[in-house]
Amino acid sequence: MVNRRVVLQRSAEVAALLAGAGLWPGTARAAWPQAAFDAKTLADTVKALGAGAPQESKDVLLTAPDIAENGAVVPVACGCALPGVKRLALLVEKNPNALAAVFDLNDALEPSFATRVKMAQTSNVYAVALTADGKALFAQKEVKVTLGGCGG
Amino acid sequence: MRIRAQAQGDKAVVRVLMSHEMETGQRKDSAGKAIPAWFIQEVGATLNGAPVFSAVWGTAVAKNPFVQFTIRGAKAGDKIVVQWLDNRGDKRSDEATVT
Repeated sequence: MVNRRVVLQRSAEVAALLAGAGLWPGTARAAWPQAAFDAKTLADTVKALGAGAPQESKDVLLTAPDIAENGAVVPVACGCALPGVKRLALLVEKNPNALAAVFDLNDALEPSFATRVKMAQTSNVYAVALTADGKALFAQKEVKVTLGGCGG
Repeated sequence: MRIRAQAQGDKAVVRVLMSHEMETGQRKDSAGKAIPAWFIQEVGATLNGAPVFSAVWGTAVAKNPFVQFTIRGAKAGDKIVVQWLDNRGDKRSDEATVT
């Protein structure tokens, strides 16, 4: 006999299946790169964003404080004036998931962005410029955190 | 959402302050249960209706996020619309005029 409880349970199962298959409209979106945000390291993140091995470059700009008193709010800015750069990404090495944000670049924008990120602990921060031909150039800076931003 | 767009020569510097919890999914409440992640995933902006800025964010962007970007060729009086979409499917859109 099909009663309310069974129906509810079944719909929950279907929802779980859909979510697992990436079909559930609430949780899965094509534009949001799940794999990149799940990656733990710089190399894995860059790979998930579809670029080759990252190389350090002087042309990528990264502005971050030397010491952040509060890891919950760390102001960072990134920029890259090289031609052919399509995206700029910000990563925090020792966060549970390294990637913080990816900014798309186009002709209408200056290649310079600023935001604030959370840092769990003292760690390197990376700004990565991803070029149209699949190269990844990065700049890094160590930020010392006195109070972590992911505690609870 | 607070948006400030200032014309500087032939560019406009846009500063946006959004109001959002940006819960990471790592924290636990007082009962020891994990608080589910709740964060802005996508941010976009248009200048006079044409898309100019787009970004994808993870949980590491700070609570009540701030973002600054610079639009080329924008002048005083142009209309800027900023919108975000979070992982619960909530969205919000606000507009401002370049000054």
